[in-house]
Amino acid sequence: MRNLLQRFRAAKERNKKTRGRSLLVFEHTGEVIQAEKILKSHGLKTRVMGPPPEIRTGCDMVVEVPMVEELQVLKLLAEADLEPLTVRPVDGPLLEPVSLYQVKDFGDHLMVRAANMKLTVDKKSRVIVNVSGGGCPDVPYVAALIVGRTLEEAPSPRDLGSTLCGYALHLAYEEVCRLCSA
Amino acid sequence: MLGVAGTVPHPGFPLTEGAVEISSDILRIDGLEVPVNRGTPALLAAAWAVAQVMGRQAPHAWLVGDQGLGHGSRSLYAHMESVLPSREMDVLAFHYLQPDADWHGRVLLAVQAMAEQPLLVADAGFQYVAKMCGEAPAYDLFFPDAGELAFLADEKAPHPFYTRGFLLADGHDVLEMAARAWEHGNAARRLLVKGLADHLLELDASSGEVQVLASVESPVVEALEAVGGTGDTLTGMTAALMEAGLDMTDAALAAMRANRLAGALSSASPATSIAHIIGYLPRALDQALAMS
Repeated sequence: MRNLLQRFRAAKERNKKTRGRSLLVFEHTGEVIQAEKILKSHGLKTRVMGPPPEIRTGCDMVVEVPMVEELQVLKLLAEADLEPLTVRPVDGPLLEPVSLYQVKDFGDHLMVRAANMKLTVDKKSRVIVNVSGGGCPDVPYVAALIVGRTLEEAPSPRDLGSTLCGYALHLAYEEVCRLCSA
Repeated sequence: MLGVAGTVPHPGFPLTEGAVEISSDILRIDGLEVPVNRGTPALLAAAWAVAQVMGRQAPHAWLVGDQGLGHGSRSLYAHMESVLPSREMDVLAFHYLQPDADWHGRVLLAVQAMAEQPLLVADAGFQYVAKMCGEAPAYDLFFPDAGELAFLADEKAPHPFYTRGFLLADGHDVLEMAARAWEHGNAARRLLVKGLADHLLELDASSGEVQVLASVESPVVEALEAVGGTGDTLTGMTAALMEAGLDMTDAALAAMRANRLAGALSSASPATSIAHIIGYLPRALDQALAMS
């Protein structure tokens, strides 16, 4: 009975989290990354989430936005020539992106792992010295453009990446920036 | 013959196939050149080094440019779907490709249409999509690191990006995680798990226990975890040694040893490039094979 009550409360909590939210589905992960960037820059409360099982294709994510702000969201995206394939209400729990980081201190170098991606920086010079892990084709592409540059000089992996691995690399990059500025 | 399918990070690089040749950190294939710095070119450079040491023919590669938009990967998938059924390969390795559930299924059907079934190896994006599609058991070998093993163990995650925190946290036992992956049908026949110690694992069907077939813990070169491409070289060497006739356990053992030895010989630091380490692979391979 107690177990049943706990499950009921958990389901109620999940419903509370998804109520009043819409999700935007794009053709490509790279568009999701750009849409999130634009919406966040306008102060909108958006989250990148995993798509519901029925629309998963392989390497994808969706943007979750407050339902009441849908019109403004679509307008801002249209201005940036970004049009979602569909907009639909969130009707169940969505997969959440990784939010745990593993940090390894090598002495002169610091490595941060986010999900399957690792980024290593020289602590003194702040130069990105290595990118490791991942499996999507944008990883070698982004790595070639950011390795050898300082955290300040390097373009953000979010601006270069097009896949979930690219996005995970961006999370590792943000965490490295945070740790190196502390 | 060893066949390798993957991408290079140059959008203009056309779909091409042929025997590869490596010299001075450059991969050459069908008149085209690409630098060996990480990803599939690093895998091929390591496989090529094995072929040289073992006196085997050079690996055959299918390569295409893709910077993450998936167009190149999809053209490569389509090409492989059409050519694979008439090809003969001893070992077939799939690597950095855009995960795409539909195309994965079509390529797997093409493999199954080959007259002789090759040993199937998947790493990087193809390992992800195989698990996502529930087809992991069709493969002979996966190469997960700690984060990827957590992903394989998470029956709900379609990509490592969505691995749940309770599985991703440090301190999990490798055997428990592997057991969980097999329990849900999300692992290949064997797993080569990369980490502070490297292990080749298999599920014993009769006992339901995970068996450690081989482990390598030394030399310890902690910096290798940070160096992009060290997983790729391990995959390339293992696949090439299997093609050379070693059984999977001996191939994995020699590759795990050689990867670490090359790291030690090159005095690798977290800032070392994989191209630098690859230069030491022939010497490391000689040493590793002599240990067997």
